Amino acid sequence: MLLEINPLVLPDIGLVFWNTVAFLVLLIVLGKFAWKPILKAINDRESGIEEALLKADKMKSEITAMQNENEALLAKAREERATLIKEAKEASEKMVAEAKDKAKSEYDRILADAQVAINQQKNAALAEVKNQVGSLVVEVAEKVLRKELSNKADQESYIKQLADGVKLN
Amino acid sequence: MRFIPIFAANFERIMSFLRIKTLLVASFSLLAVLCSTSSFANNLAVDSAAIADTNKANVETVTVEEPKVEKKKEEGSFNVTETILEHIKDDHSWHLWGHTSIHLPVILKTSKGFEVFSSEKLVDEHHEPVVYKGNFDYKLIDGKTKIVDANGNLDKEASKQLWDISITKNVASLFVSVFILLVVLLSSAAAYKKTGVKTAPKGLQSFMEPIILFVRDEVAVPNIGAKKAGKYMPFLLTIFFLILTNNFLGLIPFFPGGANVSGNIAFTMTLAVCVFIVVNLSANKSYWEHIFWMPGMHWSMKLFLAPIELIGVFTKPISLMIRLFANITAGHILVLSLICLIFIFKTVFASAIAVPFAVFIGMIELLVAFLQAFIFTMLAAMYIGMATEEHHHEEAAHH
Repeated sequence: MLLEINPLVLPDIGLVFWNTVAFLVLLIVLGKFAWKPILKAINDRESGIEEALLKADKMKSEITAMQNENEALLAKAREERATLIKEAKEASEKMVAEAKDKAKSEYDRILADAQVAINQQKNAALAEVKNQVGSLVVEVAEKVLRKELSNKADQESYIKQLADGVKLN
Repeated sequence: MRFIPIFAANFERIMSFLRIKTLLVASFSLLAVLCSTSSFANNLAVDSAAIADTNKANVETVTVEEPKVEKKKEEGSFNVTETILEHIKDDHSWHLWGHTSIHLPVILKTSKGFEVFSSEKLVDEHHEPVVYKGNFDYKLIDGKTKIVDANGNLDKEASKQLWDISITKNVASLFVSVFILLVVLLSSAAAYKKTGVKTAPKGLQSFMEPIILFVRDEVAVPNIGAKKAGKYMPFLLTIFFLILTNNFLGLIPFFPGGANVSGNIAFTMTLAVCVFIVVNLSANKSYWEHIFWMPGMHWSMKLFLAPIELIGVFTKPISLMIRLFANITAGHILVLSLICLIFIFKTVFASAIAVPFAVFIGMIELLVAFLQAFIFTMLAAMYIGMATEEHHHEEAAHH
């Protein structure tokens, strides 16, 4: 009864029929020629974007790995350089020390040699001096002897005097 | 583009608000519609008629002898209910401007076959219904084409054989919306083919794509699940865009719009039936099991629940039908009532209040036009999701 009261809630068979036709036409035509290509395009684009993002991420990680590698290489190189420098320093120090040692020993040897030579010369010189003194003494003694043999007393005091003088040497 | 994240953020809030709101609107408008012609509206009509009568009485003191007995249309009298219902209802002619209107074809299927003629022949120059003699004698009775006998009285028996599939205003408006949808969507589909998928969408394409994405990401996928959503996307998108276009066309007060298609129960019924068919055809075994023999319950409870669940199968599409119909019709009635205030008060100053309010309601109607299309699609997706959902819990219980 209520449905008969108001035409608003009474569906028209005509509109139901045409609406069904319109809806089916829309569903089929749009489904085939609009929704399918549009959704496919959107999906393609989304998967493309996803792929590109993944690729970018991969590239990024690759770049990071490369950077890490570079850094490691650099660090290694730096370490190597440091050890090299250290070794070189050590070597040079060692060389210097060795050279110093050698120089010192040479110096010592030269000094020792020199001393030895000086001593020898000194001894030689002393020996010569002694020799000369000896011969001088002999000469003096000869002269004295020739002169003083005449005077016995004088002679003896003189010898004594001479002999005292010689002793100082 | 921007509204989608906003929408997604406020989604839960809007939904809960909407459920209450739509329920209220639906129940009130249904009540109002059912009762309007019988009691309340008649009073209004009589009141305004009475005002008109007194006005007239002042001018032509004695000439009008029996104004209340003769309830024919008088110049100056104004029936709000009739005016509003006339705008809400379907019609055989589509008003363009002034006295110009398109007379749409009448298509009738009777026991003597199909018959097509212009609706112009069913009315005279004063828009009063006249008898048209075709295979039968046809006359408009309360806006509907009926078969009448020789005296012009309704022939009930013969009218039962009559199928009226005329191109009415609503049908024509529906065709306009179908045309718009085809043009817009096919051209944006062509744009994808032309520019390829790697370039950003342009123009119309960029306007449609967010809406399509919105239906996919906010309506289909959350309710049906990403795996099965693709299968139902064409159906949901078609429903959404058809309702949206008709809602917007209905808000246009003049020619390309002006019809109240999505506020017509036949339109919403057809779509609801389509949803009903799709839901029940795609329903899986566990869905029917949950309806007829609820798992995990005592047998007496199962017997008790089965009829309730069975009713639920039908109330879901019926609620879809009534919700859209009532929301859109209520909006139209509201705007028309506000405009009618001017004629009720018979002063142009009433428009100072009526017009801003009508504009305000119109703004709300723009929102409602989108929301109702969204809700219809959303609930359709939800019902499909419920019907195709895989239930694992009872299987897990068996093992």
